[in-house]
Amino acid sequence: MKPKVAFFDFTGCEGCQLDALNLEAEDLIDLLNGIDIVNFREVMTEKADNYDIAFVEGSITTEGEIERVKKIREQAKIVVALGACACIGGINCLKNHVPMEEALRIVYGKDAHYYNTIPARPADAVIKVDYYVRGCPPATSELVKVIKALLLNKKPDIPNYPVCVECKMAGNICVYEKGQTCLGPVIRAGCNAVCINSGRYCWGCRGLVDEPNIESQKDILTKYGLTAEQVIEKFKIYDTCSEVLK
Amino acid sequence: MTQVNINVHHLTRVEGHGNIVLNVKEGKIEELKWIVTESPRFFEVMMRDRHYEDVNHIASRICGICSISHSTVSLQATEKAFGVKPSEQTILLRKLLFNAELMESHILHVMFLAAPDFSVVGSVFPLINTHKDIVVMSLRLKRLAYNLAEALAGRKTHPLSCIVGGFAKLPQPAELEALRKRLEEAFIDLDAIVDLFKTLKIPDFKRETEYIALKDESEYAFIRGQIASSDTGLTPVENYLKVTNEFCVPQSTAKYTKNARDSYMVGALARFNINHNKLLTRAKAAAADLGLIAPNHNPFMITVAQLVEVIHSVEHSIQIIDRLLDKGLKDEPNTVNPKRGRGISAVEAPRGILFHDYTYGESGILKEANCVIPTNQNHNNIQKDFEALVPLILCQPEDEIRQTLEMLVRAYDPCISCSTHMLRIDFK
Ligand code: SF4
Ligand code: SF4
Ligand code: SF4
Repeated sequence: MKPKVAFFDFTGCEGCQLDALNLEAEDLIDLLNGIDIVNFREVMTEKADNYDIAFVEGSITTEGEIERVKKIREQAKIVVALGACACIGGINCLKNHVPMEEALRIVYGKDAHYYNTIPARPADAVIKVDYYVRGCPPATSELVKVIKALLLNKKPDIPNYPVCVECKMAGNICVYEKGQTCLGPVIRAGCNAVCINSGRYCWGCRGLVDEPNIESQKDILTKYGLTAEQVIEKFKIYDTCSEVLK
Repeated sequence: MTQVNINVHHLTRVEGHGNIVLNVKEGKIEELKWIVTESPRFFEVMMRDRHYEDVNHIASRICGICSISHSTVSLQATEKAFGVKPSEQTILLRKLLFNAELMESHILHVMFLAAPDFSVVGSVFPLINTHKDIVVMSLRLKRLAYNLAEALAGRKTHPLSCIVGGFAKLPQPAELEALRKRLEEAFIDLDAIVDLFKTLKIPDFKRETEYIALKDESEYAFIRGQIASSDTGLTPVENYLKVTNEFCVPQSTAKYTKNARDSYMVGALARFNINHNKLLTRAKAAAADLGLIAPNHNPFMITVAQLVEVIHSVEHSIQIIDRLLDKGLKDEPNTVNPKRGRGISAVEAPRGILFHDYTYGESGILKEANCVIPTNQNHNNIQKDFEALVPLILCQPEDEIRQTLEMLVRAYDPCISCSTHMLRIDFK
């Protein structure tokens, strides 16, 4: 029996799911031979309430979403958080820094009282999550790796060293040399340092490594004469900051 | 049917969450609504107090499928606020990147989201067995678009290299040459898809509305130009609020828009109606072949207009690559001096005209943002189409009515996940 796989989306841009369809045709068809997709609202009409593996994408931002994700947990044998929004809270948590009433007033003015919303949070703030596919969006290769490992009943092998390792292997010049701020020293690798390879810096979308070496990040700041505030502002973008504070 | 009760909760094969409600009693329509239920996202709040270098990074996450549009319009709005003028090379690269996004988004919609309607199957997955060649072709086109974006911006979903004032990294000429070759080959797949579409029966329905798109004298506009309306002519982008006139409706949840009439349409068909004479040769021929003649008032033809635009974007990409290779790609100096002030920009995202309006304070920190997204501009038009269409099909069985209404919504390719500002009202 092929395992039944379902995809569910909460508050997010749905880029994680849609990106999965950008695999090479052969790889995608290959993957589809090994699993039975029973729920993928983005691309299919049929739905089933019977599934083994549930991928949840997006942050939890309403009471209704809390109920929905709990039901999914009850139903699924394995729950995988897909993408930064589901794994660490991600970009949606930026709204948490503004008091809710003010946020509503800014966007909706006099109609603000119509809305209901709660502070954005990752899936594991509400339910137990078994595996994480990190990134915003995740590298498609990592998604495939995780699905394949699950099919073999194995624990997926995700790096627990910082982005700097991959960045240096890719032969980049450190962006601190250019006076920019980068979260690479404390963020979990696995993206092949794609942002730095593309001329930018790391925003921390994959979350912290286990036991991050905050001291080494501090040393870098001292070396380049930067302030902790500058780095904290960057950490806010994916809410990696609240992980540090935990 | 004298008694109909249709309630499609969380319409599938559209991005984001939307519901259809139709209640008919003794042959009379009691309730007919297109309702949007996506959770509000608060992007205007999320971008506030951010440094300009990170603003487009956040804006990109409004929508996973048109992240290049959101990222680019964001960069252009910031550039307007700061008085930065992008170079010709930057503009060419941005246009090329736009073509990549349009190709990928339209192929996804035309072949994976809308096409299953015509074969009356619930998704693309069964088609892998029955129409494998077509599915493989579509995936190949998507992959090409993906690789094109990857060469230009590091990746397609949430692009990286595009920054205020230019590009942080340039593609290699060899990469562009290889992509050019694949773009040439893409016409073979596209011809086959056009042939397939010639055999499909598009529902025959007409409702004339106002069509709004960017218009540029020199080409089929995507990133520059003025707002053009089929009713009210040209308006400078800076005056977009005069055209969008956002308002709230108690029935639904998104902010709606209207200009000269009760509603207007944006997206591929609106662009085609406004800019059809700027289409390139093969795209023009395909439009004629598929019976798409301007002005066209059938919303079900949006899907066909998208296919025509894919062909246009492949032709256009080849032209741009030739220009870039001819002139040679150069590392250009990029100095940005942030200034206080307001910047407004509009682009044509795959689903239609998109506005970002920014006000910057000191030191390049964003103080205020307003985003008007294409899907919100179409909601009201979908509702008006419903009202015109349902009386015509009321005699059909309930299942067919539902199928037709779902198909209509899907033709608009709504991408509700980008609900930058949505109302969420609890009905009692
Ligand atoms: S993690 Fe990123 S790509 Fe995935 S849904 Fe969230 S914002 Fe979109
Ligand atoms: S700090 Fe950033 S740029 Fe520098 S080596 Fe680490 S990942 Fe690379
Ligand atoms: S470099 Fe940093 S921000 Fe970029 S993908 Fe990797 S973890 Fe995410």
